[in-house]
Amino acid sequence: MNEMPSIEQANAMSDSKISANKVQVYYGDTHAIKDVDIEIQPRSVTSFIGPSGCGKSTFLRTINRMNDTIDICRVEGSIKIDGEDIYDPKVDPVQLRAKVGMVFQKPNPFPKSIYDNIAYGPRIHGLARNKAELDDIVSSSLQKAGLWEEVKNRLDEPGTGMSGGQQQRLCIARAIAVSPEVILMDEPCSALDPIATAKVEELIDELRENFTIVIVTHSMQQAARVSQRTAFFHLGILVEEGPTEDIFTNPKDKRTQDYITGRFG
Amino acid sequence: MTDATLPPETAQPAAKTPMQPKSLYAIDDLTRKRNAAEKRFQAYGITAIGIGLFFLVVLAYAIISQGIPAFSRTVVEVEFTLTQAQYEEAEGTLFKTRAYEEIFIGALTGQLQDSGIETPVEPEAIERIVGKPGGTIREFFRENEDRLGEPVQFDLAASSRVDGYMSGRITRESMTDSRFLMKSDLDLVDNLVEAQVIKTVFNWPFITGADAGVDNAAAAGIGASVVGSFFMMLVVLFLSLPIGVAASIYLEEFAPQNRFTDLIEVNISNLAAVPSIVFGILGLAVFIQFMHLPQSAPLVGGLVLTLMTLPTIIISTRASLKAVPPSIRDAALGVGASKMQATFHHVLPLAMPGILTGTIIGLAQALGETAPLLLIGMVGFVARGYPEGFIEGFTEPNSAMPAQIYTWAARSDLAFTEKAWGGIVVLLIFLLSMNILAIILRRRFERRW
Amino acid sequence: MSEHTVSAYDEELTEMAGKIAEMGGLAEVAFADAVSALVSQDLELAKSTIANDERLDNLHQEVEMKLVEMIARRQPMGQDLREITAASRIANDLERVGDLAKNVAKRVIAIDSGLNSKKLAIGVEHMTELALAQVKQVLDAYTRRDAEAARRVQEADAEVDAIYTSLFRELLTYMMEDPRVITQCVHLLFCAKNIERIGDHATNIAENVYYMVTGERLPEDREKLDETTGAV
Repeated sequence: MNEMPSIEQANAMSDSKISANKVQVYYGDTHAIKDVDIEIQPRSVTSFIGPSGCGKSTFLRTINRMNDTIDICRVEGSIKIDGEDIYDPKVDPVQLRAKVGMVFQKPNPFPKSIYDNIAYGPRIHGLARNKAELDDIVSSSLQKAGLWEEVKNRLDEPGTGMSGGQQQRLCIARAIAVSPEVILMDEPCSALDPIATAKVEELIDELRENFTIVIVTHSMQQAARVSQRTAFFHLGILVEEGPTEDIFTNPKDKRTQDYITGRFG
Repeated sequence: MTDATLPPETAQPAAKTPMQPKSLYAIDDLTRKRNAAEKRFQAYGITAIGIGLFFLVVLAYAIISQGIPAFSRTVVEVEFTLTQAQYEEAEGTLFKTRAYEEIFIGALTGQLQDSGIETPVEPEAIERIVGKPGGTIREFFRENEDRLGEPVQFDLAASSRVDGYMSGRITRESMTDSRFLMKSDLDLVDNLVEAQVIKTVFNWPFITGADAGVDNAAAAGIGASVVGSFFMMLVVLFLSLPIGVAASIYLEEFAPQNRFTDLIEVNISNLAAVPSIVFGILGLAVFIQFMHLPQSAPLVGGLVLTLMTLPTIIISTRASLKAVPPSIRDAALGVGASKMQATFHHVLPLAMPGILTGTIIGLAQALGETAPLLLIGMVGFVARGYPEGFIEGFTEPNSAMPAQIYTWAARSDLAFTEKAWGGIVVLLIFLLSMNILAIILRRRFERRW
Repeated sequence: MSEHTVSAYDEELTEMAGKIAEMGGLAEVAFADAVSALVSQDLELAKSTIANDERLDNLHQEVEMKLVEMIARRQPMGQDLREITAASRIANDLERVGDLAKNVAKRVIAIDSGLNSKKLAIGVEHMTELALAQVKQVLDAYTRRDAEAARRVQEADAEVDAIYTSLFRELLTYMMEDPRVITQCVHLLFCAKNIERIGDHATNIAENVYYMVTGERLPEDREKLDETTGAV
């Protein structure tokens, strides 16, 4: 039994959490994502950067099959999480999304109380057997999201009445509440002011201990600040992927270089 | 200005001359024009609203002024005591009702004399004013023999002519002598009014009663058709709301986008534009002739109106579902809700106020619909089994408010026209209360968020 | 390399490179002048060299401020980031080269009595030529963004070091032969040390140029041993 942690660690070091192989995404006739191969490390933050329309968000949404909701969207290739192909016919996307949570660009709390926002996920997944357990999940999720102190006295107030930054952290807390393994974030700070952004970034850094985080961002500074690895997408192609410090100081590809130094045109 | 002194070629390129700072106090021509245009547009708007309000006021005035008389009725109120001896004597005569009538006239004359009015009371005139009161009186005492010997007050409905005279519909100048009413009778009526024997009271029978025969306008009431309309609305609400909402949710949230669903969509829009009479014929052919459902029943009326209301509800429900921000769906799916959970837990509650509005509009439309009801026979006047037999009234023959109003308006007797206006007032009140209920419901739904 | 979307950024980068080149020119001139003042015992030249160092210092400060401003305003990434950090370090090195040249010029005044034997200075002159060539080449490599040239400069530094070592031994021999020249020789020795340091700064610049262009550190395969330590 003593060896367990070390084995896990060894796995964590060697095996990637998410591994995409020759992923193609089509929107109708448009080939939106071409031949993307990427390995995403567990318990780390990986950021996707690239110009608008480069497919980074599209690719992010293939990881929890959010693209399934779009009729004309078709995905080929394989995306494996812990070695299991998530596009296998046996996989139910609803179950997948409990394992791979998502935080969106615009803070989108449900128009319900703060408590119900967090409790919704655990309720539908039957994670709590009684009210006390549910209370525990809610408070611990809010604590992990660093929101507990701010909202503990007004859990029954509507989530939509909070500030933008708080709303986004509420959404993160809501994602955490169903204990996912992977959290996908689609430009989570684009609607936030710098202070709120800093709080979310601090939160992301803390969450790295327990979750595998993939974040799409338009801010290269943000990618540089929060992520361990960075992937650059351009025109549906994964141009370059590597340790964040390498991508931002010494990118190998000219397109990456041009993008990060502001020479695109 | 120096422009005039400049040679033309240097004056032309305006960009080359340095920008002169413009004063904000001086309003230039373009701004003035824009402001004037804006003012004009506001004036148009106010005029449009004014015209609308004017017609609304005219309409409301017409309806209320013409409809109000229907809510009052004229009664002849006579109080007298019939002794056991008088009763037995009257029962012994050949023309029993005539005997009662004489007693009635005697009491009437007595009341007139009490008020200090001396006037001859002819039985013929009384018959023209209150019909034949003897029958009513005899019937009452035969049923309530215990009331013999004590004072009993009779409120006898005056004839519709007297009613018209009291409400101003008939004047001395406009009327001609007929077997229904003579000019000379009016003097008696005036005297009776003075003696407070003829009174105008609130017309409860109109609110609660059923339709009456063509020659008895004073007795006609709208109550039965209010109940009929109410039953139909229940049928419409409980059929069209679930069907409409289910259909819209499926089309909006689940259905794949293909030619088939496109076709359905187009057809729903078209259905909303189909004339209501077509639905009536459909109802007649399918529900009555093919399915043999009872004729003239609120159930069938409700089914037909449901068909008519469905497109309205579906269209408005889909619009309000579309208006729910997709981020809410994303949020729900993102925490692992199934599509159905996302729809029922989040999207539908948010769309509820819109759905309710659409439903109310659809119901209001259905409530005011006449044409299809004519075709399935919901016009017949009903007196049978009313009001006792109305609890199981879904399959009983009945009428509906608009159909009833139409029937009245089509009758020749002017007294029925008055009833029609009164019916419209009741219909509008029914509609208003329905809308108020809807607004209250919507508020409650909105407050939950 | 294509242009930035924000053209003012390009202008700033070009301006900054220009300032570095100007610093390089000043440092080069100061170095050459100081040594020639030493060799020819030209006090005037020595004094003007000392005075000119102020310009180099001012320029260095200006460049530093500009760089900080650019980092704050442009948040440089990738190539630009490397260019700006390299520029900062190169400016530092050039300022040090200027200081060392000034130091040499100061010694000219200190020697004052004059070198009674020209032969003593010959070794220093030779070493200067080499070091000066290094500085020139490295500045050239910087303006042309030539990683290969920068690498050659780094390699050539060994030669300067070797000459310094031999000069050290030579001066040591002179001092042993004739104690009267000790003062002069010590001064010369310090000058030689300064020149050797200038060579080192040229090497630093070369490393920075190499990093700036390629994004990789120049492998330091040669051993940086001070061979003079074991000479006695």
